[in-house]
Amino acid sequence: MYTQALNVVTEKLGDSEAEQRFLERIDAEERIEPNDWMPEAYRRLLIRQISQHAHSEVVGMLPEGNWITRAPSLRRKAALLAKVQDEGGHGLYLYAAAETLGISREEMVEQLLSGRAKYSSIFNYPTLTWADIGAIGWLVDGAAIMNQIPLCRCSYGPYARAMIRICREESFHQRQGYEIMLTLARGTPEQKAMAQDALNRWWWPVLMMFGPPDHASQHSEASMRWKVKRFSNDTLRQKFIDATVPQAQFLGLTIPDPELRFNAETGHWETGPIDWEEFHRVLAGYGPCNKERLAARRKAHEEGAWVREAALAYAAKQKQRITQQAA
Amino acid sequence: MDQFMPLWEVFIRTRNGLAHRHVGSLHAADAEMALQAARDVYTRRGEGVSIWVVPSAAITASDPAETEMMFEPTGSKIYRHPTFYKIPDEVGHM
Ligand SMILES: [Fe+2]
Ligand SMILES: [Fe+2]
Repeated sequence: MYTQALNVVTEKLGDSEAEQRFLERIDAEERIEPNDWMPEAYRRLLIRQISQHAHSEVVGMLPEGNWITRAPSLRRKAALLAKVQDEGGHGLYLYAAAETLGISREEMVEQLLSGRAKYSSIFNYPTLTWADIGAIGWLVDGAAIMNQIPLCRCSYGPYARAMIRICREESFHQRQGYEIMLTLARGTPEQKAMAQDALNRWWWPVLMMFGPPDHASQHSEASMRWKVKRFSNDTLRQKFIDATVPQAQFLGLTIPDPELRFNAETGHWETGPIDWEEFHRVLAGYGPCNKERLAARRKAHEEGAWVREAALAYAAKQKQRITQQAA
Repeated sequence: MDQFMPLWEVFIRTRNGLAHRHVGSLHAADAEMALQAARDVYTRRGEGVSIWVVPSAAITASDPAETEMMFEPTGSKIYRHPTFYKIPDEVGHM
């Protein structure tokens, strides 16, 4: 679903001749392809960002997968199943894009399972009720879309193309989530309270999905220069808030922020302060579900090992048989 | 770490009458499984009527460092285009 601004770029932009040519290509809005010359720091930044993005898609299947067997109707179950399947596909497109930069899938999976790689903080929160599935689709996928649309114009060709595919699929995710919220908000008082509770718990973590505030994120300069990132964290966050507040009003739900107010001068909704300590805590591994998520991924990986081994052994045997027949 | 799973490139014919187009790649142990995975991943919304999977290792690509040498020479061969030839208007569309 999602990429978060977690990337740390400490390298200075160099000024070699090759780098100059590279920057000219970036300025001309040309796409950089896998075999083209690129600065090592650009390659590293992309590997980190794309693999984190892929991990987020894959880990993101867990909180929603939690409700597949308990979806309230066959319609909802089919939609949720399709959405979770899409997220798995998004993981694949992104891993494939990262692999073009010279890192193997196995290495990336290793980084995730060993806990060295990061993934979006949002997936470390639990899905306690069915309304959480509505809130995730509406808010988490909504935030993801806001973030991912500019990435369709990212300077790295394979990443941009993966994002185009992904964005095409995301809009169904958000709409099915909002539809769930709408149904609950128009249902019994208990159902409406459940929707409100989900919004209360997801609102702030979703705002954190856009990454640290601009004044605290010294790392996006290179990313902007290389046109990987096109808008700052705060700009995207503001866009999301402006789009989402009226949607909450339509649902008849209240955004859990007593300081939320409309600034008629700027035309923007202004929120109270975000608890960045919580963000850093969750990112550092101390969110409500970090351990559970990694444990689930490890279990799936280990329990699937025999399938991968058997498939490879079968393929090797078939190949051997063909060679023998030819001999 | 795991054993490496071979990489495949996926090509899809989106509609009858069109050529297969590269859509992405995936990992699979053999061609049959690659085809199955390609169907599951790349045609979830009726995106295709036919799939090719090709081992990535079987593709030979031109070298970007030689782009100029490879493709520049055709730039000056404007006589390969129909507009190079002057035909009087009276002849009509040709
Ligand atoms: Fe999604
Ligand atoms: Fe996604």
